[in-house]
Amino acid sequence: MTNLIMIIMAAVLTNNFVLVQFLGICPFLGVSKKLDSAFGMSCAVIFVMLIATAATWPIQNFILDEKGLGYLQTIVFILVIAALVQLVEIVLKKYIPALHKSLGVFLPLITTNCAVLGVCVMNIDEGYSFLEAMLNSLGAGLGFMLAMVLFSGVRGRIENNNFLPSFKGVPSVLIAASIVALSFMGFSGVIDGIFGM
Amino acid sequence: MGNKLSILTKGIIKENPVLVLVLGTCPTLAVTTGAINGLGMGVSTMVVLICSNIFISLLKNVIPDKVRIPCYIVVIATFVTIVQLLLKAFFQELDASLGLYIPLIVVNCIILGRAEMFANKNSVLDSALDGLGMGIGFTLALFCMGAIRELLGTGMLFGVRLTADFIAPMEVLKLAPGGFFVFGILIAAVNRLTNGKASKNAEKGCLGCSCSSVCGHVGGCTPTCEDELLASIEEAKKEDEKRQEGGALS
Repeated sequence: MTNLIMIIMAAVLTNNFVLVQFLGICPFLGVSKKLDSAFGMSCAVIFVMLIATAATWPIQNFILDEKGLGYLQTIVFILVIAALVQLVEIVLKKYIPALHKSLGVFLPLITTNCAVLGVCVMNIDEGYSFLEAMLNSLGAGLGFMLAMVLFSGVRGRIENNNFLPSFKGVPSVLIAASIVALSFMGFSGVIDGIFGM
Repeated sequence: MGNKLSILTKGIIKENPVLVLVLGTCPTLAVTTGAINGLGMGVSTMVVLICSNIFISLLKNVIPDKVRIPCYIVVIATFVTIVQLLLKAFFQELDASLGLYIPLIVVNCIILGRAEMFANKNSVLDSALDGLGMGIGFTLALFCMGAIRELLGTGMLFGVRLTADFIAPMEVLKLAPGGFFVFGILIAAVNRLTNGKASKNAEKGCLGCSCSSVCGHVGGCTPTCEDELLASIEEAKKEDEKRQEGGALS
């Protein structure tokens, strides 16, 4: 039990996907101007991460490893994720239109998001069991949401500030992100402290 | 001839994928803790970029338009797997330090972006040159980032002690916040050196869109821009309200 809580807390705080491991930086910089879009995007990412893990973990462990095809991992994973996202979009549109409305616009963007492929590959590399893999994905998604929502707040404040001309736009956003990442460094060691490791 | 040269050189400075177009940010920030890592990642990506550009350009008349993106992804993923296996066989140390980020070359927006924007419209030679130019630009940017972070963060370069003895190393630059910081300063420096021309270049059309890095300029700009995303959310909300009103009336 402690083990499972540790995995989820590590994924959210100490190994935050965006601010510590630099996965999913593109949406982090691209879609964080408004709280609405940041929140919608992160909900979609959590959703896709969970279904992608649920699909890729059995494929790796029951098909690729069994048949000695481990080297096909990258190709199979990216295709499975892409196909799955398309499929889910179609199913949602048909059967749950309300959910499709709030997540639908974000789904096509996520297919080629490095955070989703990253979490699937990481689950295999770390040798997690299915439950651990799902919890790790949930934690990674929640960490992504935390970073996105926090940063959209920060970004709302720096948007109208008067920067030097060469710092306008992307550089100012990156330096703000650096300060947010600095604050996340404070979490390092928290888990060891709590669980007395 | 001049045309070919400009295809090659535009990726290096004028349209540098990292510092001007701000694409492929994940590997740029994640692996540049040292000059060697930056160089290794840059060269691996360059190899994949050149090979996939050549192949997609060769296959451009065969691939049906409707399923082109999955086809590109398969081609790219194949070359990434080849590079991954080569690294595992001959450069174990580099493979260990790049780790997770090697398979993630597949989702690097630069590669898919160049396939969609350049390789499927141009000749094989031009596409190869474009891949080479963009690859060199990417490698240079990663090398600069890595060198700066290694030199200031540890006082060493390529593992050789340079300034560590008389300037105290700023360790934070090697950690995550330093990545964002150095990247921001580098982009600002490029903006300054080119008198703001660089950022204007990036503002042209789809490339100027804040979401261009998310969509990889793929499939036009349909609901991929943040403004349009917000607009479509608003629309959905309005539709919901309408429906609820309708329900109340009936």
